Amino acid sequence: MADEKTTASDEQLNDPSRREFFMKLGLGSLGIAAAGTAAFSYQYLEPNVLYEPSPVINAGKPDRYPLDSVTLDVNNGIFIVHSQEGYFSLSAVCTHLGCLTAWKQELGIIACPCHGSKFEENGKKIEGPAPRPLPWKRIWLNDDGDLLVDRSTDVPPLARDSFVRV
Amino acid sequence: MAKTDSSKTMDQYFEDLQQTRVWRSIFRSGPGSSTLKRALAIQQNVFLHLFSTKVRVRVLSFSATWYLGTLTLGTFLVLVATGIPLMLYYHPSVPQAYADTKDLQFVVSSGMFLRNLHRWSAHAMVFLVFAHMFKVFYRGAYRTPREFNWVIGVILLLITLLLSYTGYLLPWDQLAYWAITVGSNIASAVPLIGNKIHFLLLGGNAVNANALLRFYVLHCMILPLTAMFFVAIHFWRIRKDGGLYSHGSEPATMKAATANVAAAAKEAR
Repeated sequence: MADEKTTASDEQLNDPSRREFFMKLGLGSLGIAAAGTAAFSYQYLEPNVLYEPSPVINAGKPDRYPLDSVTLDVNNGIFIVHSQEGYFSLSAVCTHLGCLTAWKQELGIIACPCHGSKFEENGKKIEGPAPRPLPWKRIWLNDDGDLLVDRSTDVPPLARDSFVRV
Repeated sequence: MAKTDSSKTMDQYFEDLQQTRVWRSIFRSGPGSSTLKRALAIQQNVFLHLFSTKVRVRVLSFSATWYLGTLTLGTFLVLVATGIPLMLYYHPSVPQAYADTKDLQFVVSSGMFLRNLHRWSAHAMVFLVFAHMFKVFYRGAYRTPREFNWVIGVILLLITLLLSYTGYLLPWDQLAYWAITVGSNIASAVPLIGNKIHFLLLGGNAVNANALLRFYVLHCMILPLTAMFFVAIHFWRIRKDGGLYSHGSEPATMKAATANVAAAAKEAR
């Protein structure tokens, strides 16, 4: 009688479906734990708060920029262009690999020192390797009469009659 | 008659030392230079046991490998030995990084020596890794059964390049800043997840304080530890794949040689 019982319980222990169940349960829990670790690690590596400079910068009074001039703001990576029709702003960051471009007065073009891309003063691409023109940035006058530029958003090139005028 | 101490040679002193209990507790193989003892000395050492217990003199000849792998390890060890002292004076922060680098160069005693040694070893390591790869390739030492070790080697090549790249930012000068700006923008050319990689690599949208700290941690902790992990596998696999590559020791060559001998014997008969 006792022997029979032992045999029965042995059979139960060796029941492959039972082992499989626990195997799957174990592997499943490990899998969930691994997926959770991966998700938490990813979230940890992605900063939630950035202490980067504000994307909106004050470019000062418009009269700082003489007529028919292209002025590079080195620290903020933008050009302020004062044309006959008014003011507009371009990104000075090359669309190729992010170098800071510069205005070449003698050639009348914007050129990148890293890999030789060339742009017109309205951002249009003259020569690669840059894949895209220099994007325009939103520019407006605040109540104090200062020019403000939002570097975070690209805007489509403005029509000549909608440049910022003082 | 017992020998007097004064008549002992240095070798005898060393042999006596090898008999002591302390020595035997550390090096278990014991004295003697029999083949067994010498094999045990390799096999029972935590560092050396990765290698084969026996090596043919022929494969240790300079022409077999030009010692390129060993030299690469040498530069890696120099980089660790010079990199750790450099860490004692370097703060990975935007206001301090450049000034610390200049201090290391001009103010700290032997700082210039350590920094330049670190720099030149880094260059040498990249060169040696490539040379090692070419030597292995042109000798055909990547073939069966060594394919997996070739793959490990490719991973080590990438780690070497990443170590150089992350180290490049640390002086925080114009060269470093723009090199990392360009390099991280190349990473964002990856389809679909490129911008995400760029953001995670820099810890922000631009090369800034977060990027400096991330590159520092990658350069000093994550990448060296990963490199050591794969180097251990790389060395261990040399033993597991039949030792250093020698043309004469390959199964096909040996089979052909045996066949030649057999044919010659037949002819002689």
